[in-house]
Amino acid sequence: MALPAVIPLRPNGSEDKPAPGAGEALVTGDRLGLTLSGKTILENVDVTVHAGEILTVIGPNGAGKTSLARLLLGLMPPTTGSIARAPGLKVGYVPQRFPVDPSIPINVRRFLTLTVRVSPSAIRSVLQEVGALHLIDRPISVLSGGEFQRVCLARALIGVPRLLVLDEPAQALDYAGELQLYELIGDIRRRRGCGILLISHDLHVVLGASDRVLCINGHVCCEGVPEKVANHPEYARLFGRDAGKAVAVYRHRHDHEHDLSGAVKCGEDCGHKHD
Amino acid sequence: MIDDFLVRAGLAGLGIALLTAPLGCFVVWQRLAMFGNSIAHCGLLGVALGIILSVDLTLGVIVVSLALAALLIGMQGQKLLPDDTLLGILAHAALAAGLLAATLIGGARLDLMGYLFGDILAVSAGDLWWLLCGLAAIAGAMIWLWRPLLAISVHEEMAAAEGVPVNLVRAAFMLLVAFTIALSIKLVGILLITSLLIIPAAAARAFVTTPEQMALGAAGISIIGVLAGLAMSLHLDTPAGPSIVLVLTALFIATVPWLLRKNRG
Repeated sequence: MALPAVIPLRPNGSEDKPAPGAGEALVTGDRLGLTLSGKTILENVDVTVHAGEILTVIGPNGAGKTSLARLLLGLMPPTTGSIARAPGLKVGYVPQRFPVDPSIPINVRRFLTLTVRVSPSAIRSVLQEVGALHLIDRPISVLSGGEFQRVCLARALIGVPRLLVLDEPAQALDYAGELQLYELIGDIRRRRGCGILLISHDLHVVLGASDRVLCINGHVCCEGVPEKVANHPEYARLFGRDAGKAVAVYRHRHDHEHDLSGAVKCGEDCGHKHD
Repeated sequence: MIDDFLVRAGLAGLGIALLTAPLGCFVVWQRLAMFGNSIAHCGLLGVALGIILSVDLTLGVIVVSLALAALLIGMQGQKLLPDDTLLGILAHAALAAGLLAATLIGGARLDLMGYLFGDILAVSAGDLWWLLCGLAAIAGAMIWLWRPLLAISVHEEMAAAEGVPVNLVRAAFMLLVAFTIALSIKLVGILLITSLLIIPAAAARAFVTTPEQMALGAAGISIIGVLAGLAMSLHLDTPAGPSIVLVLTALFIATVPWLLRKNRG
């Protein structure tokens, strides 16, 4: 594959967190606008997901987060602006929590191979990676919320994607489950070096797990490293004055496990902008 | 003892059972029963057009069914009205137009009851030929469509994001359903044909753990229902189509306790 790498991909696991914007651009949205039946959903949104980074898109309900993900996934065309993908880009997608119709008899093993053909050992190893190997023969319809999210994650990973799109993965989880899930997502990024686009409306935990944050509400409100976004006036206006403090608390706790590498560094490319 | 027309009826019934059962699983999974009904209801219009244009009646039904399916595919994603409302309007308009056309043509040239409720004992050698060719074509298409269709049934956008050509697969499936219904109308009739898609699949659900098992199980149940229904029709002198549907319904009801237990466990 001849990929026109903008910047060479950093080797896996060499550092805890790649600096923001470190890897090759996997997908880039340029001045994206979306109008659906006369209603403006998105306006002038610039976004790039790089290999090896976790980019989190946050915003209040109805801010257009899922629409942005759908545009980047190519599920619908933007009204204005353009989208560029790395050639041959493989994408794994975990949609917002969805029900699998109980009339479809399907177990975890089969669920994982819906769109790919892989060996039994590949199925086992990807389930092992997300800590769901014991569920392999379980029918999908009996899984709990947390189990289902892990299985969906395994399903998205099985095709060895270079870009992973996770839409509200922690929606059905309690606080502890949420922490575990984000830790798992961080591990996956470190191990596989894939780019991860995370959509979320919950704030403190997800900010701690991200390299860069894009805060949108129809347009880009602010973006940058989590601390920067958390202290941004636009962020406070959207989520309330105290929202930023929770991030700091969580970050602090996590400082014991990871160095701050990319988190405190802030080059030109992660500065925020305004319209 | 076994008359020629009975052999034809039996073969036609088996062929249709094998066709409709696997297709019916997807109709159940994708909640397309109403779509099936709409396609079936336009069948009579196809028959009437076939008579007016003096072409093969099965061909007439196939052409009209495919045309309606194409229309419905084109209207997918419209947001003016709920899908089932539009389907309902189309279905009943097509049925009314068919009834009107049938009346205008005159009873002597069109066995209205036979098309509404089926007349499998009147299956001709030509019909059987259509059916066998159709069976082969549809079986081939189903094998080709199976995996992408299953992926779409589980989650359409997930499948789309991972490269399944959702619109193409869905359109192909809807055309397949229309084609199958058009071929099968002789057996149980316009008003009952959808039951052959959904009842065997529903009856198989309680006993299976994979999609493929469900398709095979539905085919088995469908074959039992068709043969038992034909036998009932022969011995009790009841109309074949309704007999088959009632036998299938009885089979489904018999599985309900297992379905309930599965749901609880």
